[in-house]
Amino acid sequence: MSRDGVRDLLLRGGRIVDPSQGIDAVGDVLLRDGRVAACGGTLGVPDGAEVVDVAGLVVAPGFIDVHVHLREPGREDVETVATGAHAAVAGGFTGVCAMPNTRPVTDNQATVGFVKRQGEAAGYARVYPYGAISVGQKGETLAELGEMVGAGAVAFSDDGRPVESAHLMRTALEYARTFGVPVAEHCEDMSLAHGGSMNEGLMSAKLGLKGIPAEAEEIYVIRDILLARRTGGHIHLCHLSTKGSVELVRWGKERGIHVTAEVCSHHVSLTEAAVDGYNTNAKMNPPLRTAEDVEALQQGLADGTIDLLVTDHAPHHYDEKEREFADAPNGIVGLETALGVNCTWLLHRGVLTLSQMVDAMSCKPARVFHLPGGTLAPGALGDVSVFDPNRSWVVDPRTFRSKGRNTPYGGTTLTGQARLTVVGGRVVYRAD
Amino acid sequence: MAGSLGKDLLGLSALSADQLRLLLDTAVPFREISERSIKKVPTLRGATIVNLFFEASTRTRISFEFAEKRLSADTVNVAAAASSVTKGETLVDTARNLEAMRIDMVVIRHPASGAAQFLAERIESNVVNAGDGTNEHPTQGLLDLLTLRDRLGSLQGKRVCIVGDVLHSRVARSNIWGLTKLGAEVAVCGPRSLLPNAIGEMGVTVFDRIEAAIEWADALNVLRLQLERMQAGYIPSLREYNRVFGVTRARLERAPRDLLILHPGPMNRGVEIDSDVADGPQSVILDQVTNGVAVRMAVLYLLAGGRPELAEAAKTGGA
Repeated sequence: MSRDGVRDLLLRGGRIVDPSQGIDAVGDVLLRDGRVAACGGTLGVPDGAEVVDVAGLVVAPGFIDVHVHLREPGREDVETVATGAHAAVAGGFTGVCAMPNTRPVTDNQATVGFVKRQGEAAGYARVYPYGAISVGQKGETLAELGEMVGAGAVAFSDDGRPVESAHLMRTALEYARTFGVPVAEHCEDMSLAHGGSMNEGLMSAKLGLKGIPAEAEEIYVIRDILLARRTGGHIHLCHLSTKGSVELVRWGKERGIHVTAEVCSHHVSLTEAAVDGYNTNAKMNPPLRTAEDVEALQQGLADGTIDLLVTDHAPHHYDEKEREFADAPNGIVGLETALGVNCTWLLHRGVLTLSQMVDAMSCKPARVFHLPGGTLAPGALGDVSVFDPNRSWVVDPRTFRSKGRNTPYGGTTLTGQARLTVVGGRVVYRAD
Repeated sequence: MAGSLGKDLLGLSALSADQLRLLLDTAVPFREISERSIKKVPTLRGATIVNLFFEASTRTRISFEFAEKRLSADTVNVAAAASSVTKGETLVDTARNLEAMRIDMVVIRHPASGAAQFLAERIESNVVNAGDGTNEHPTQGLLDLLTLRDRLGSLQGKRVCIVGDVLHSRVARSNIWGLTKLGAEVAVCGPRSLLPNAIGEMGVTVFDRIEAAIEWADALNVLRLQLERMQAGYIPSLREYNRVFGVTRARLERAPRDLLILHPGPMNRGVEIDSDVADGPQSVILDQVTNGVAVRMAVLYLLAGGRPELAEAAKTGGA
């Protein structure tokens, strides 16, 4: 029996995949006092330990999604920190970073602290708050980043909208550097994207919908990379969606500029074709792009140009999506489908190895955002994702723990599913 | 009710060449009804049709209303405020309320692309798209096809150039789909800022010079230039637009053949088209309006389940 009264947990006989230690081997993992006590080999069963047979399953350091919208405070009707964190563990995630475009905006230490406490109270995935870069996400005045770091903010972003002023972004990069946290940008030139609701291309021309050109994103990607070069700050580029963006990030990394990047599961699996028929569940910002973009994003993940896989989990009320395409809100839920989508489109199609996928979903997010976890090394946080990469299931949005039902994958058969999720040595999700 | 067209007419992109020909062939006998002193047949007696217009429209609404009345349908006109995210009834609620009143057909005009399809997927009544955003305006496309076919015979191999603001034009899209399916060659001509970026992938030729388009074409379909395009910065001025892209008598006189001039209306005389062209011998603009009532009668008739061979009989009141 451990000190905190929680039984030791022995995960027996799984395939341990932990790129942080270079491990891919069958073995046992022992969790004690909320931490990893031992990893690998055949371990004895301590007195009173709970033993879970995970033979045939993959045991990985807990997945961390650095880009989710939990809607609290403000839109508790569409998601709360608790329902979002519950959805997270059901999808194999042990940690999420909550974007600050709440109502009121999470641009101060009080709200940051509130979001963090709601996460702790819920007791599912760990919830790491983002703080806003600018007061009210208005793009005018730098918010009090220092105090927010003190209250638990792990990064800053005005996500949902770009920081239009290059001067403000420059200042944010410099100021955040003081505290050693990344600044994350939603790359979108609003004057180019204005009124657009899908990718600009053949499909938008056919459907008569105003398009958002790839350049609306790429102009900000290169601007921010150049500002990171100037300031030495850490720019993290959110939800990249175009081939050009991948090329620009590659350009920046080759020059040693401190740039990291993420891609959403939907942007490496679906194209603008999903919009045909005015499907509002395929409407998000940035929009689904072309097959050429999907291929470049997949390649960027494989070669490490793109660091992280994220969901951009964005719940909406069902009737907000039940309307004319141009008027429907952007975004889809992703926490409960991401692992299946990543396994189906990336792992099983040979784009990523199992180790690379775990790296992009766990180890690298922890490293890039300086979060605990992302490893099963002894002494690390006892956060573990146990999943079956070969189990097929049909997505039924009605079964989601998230309040959101807005997904383009409803009815799709995915291969890959979370089976057991452990946070702090405690089982917080067990598949039926 | 579902006839040879299916439940709805949402756009020409989804129709086959045979369905397009059926619609045009069915319109011909209906056109004769409008030439009579008693312009009414009992074909749709007892059917209830709602004309649901979320956008201002004069000629399309009136044309539909005449088509409905000449087929003896009961019609209601609803001029609804365009939907807004923050206020007013949603389109889905409007649809459900209409359905609850047990109507047979809805003719919808809406500023959002895809709105007609949205409605059609949610109600059992037949839905006719009278223009949705910048997507399609299928009955306009059909009346353009009929007008061209009247004058040119078969459209196979004929050259039609759509001139103007293709980017924002539902008329252009319906014309491109319809003409292409019937074997015509289609071109567009206008400032590049008013053409979709991907226009070249849509199977049409692009002319940057109106003179080249006139030299190439058998017919020009001249689109209305919305004044707000200038305000939104797509073009510098209406004056320059007329000087560079205006369809003028002087330009037409240099054409190697007599072109047909179509315009979906309402015209900005002196902007996209000069008055002496609009009123001149090559203009078939008023034929388009006449044909508009006929093709709309054909659409309503076929959607209501009317059999094509009975359209002839409908003329004598027998169907």
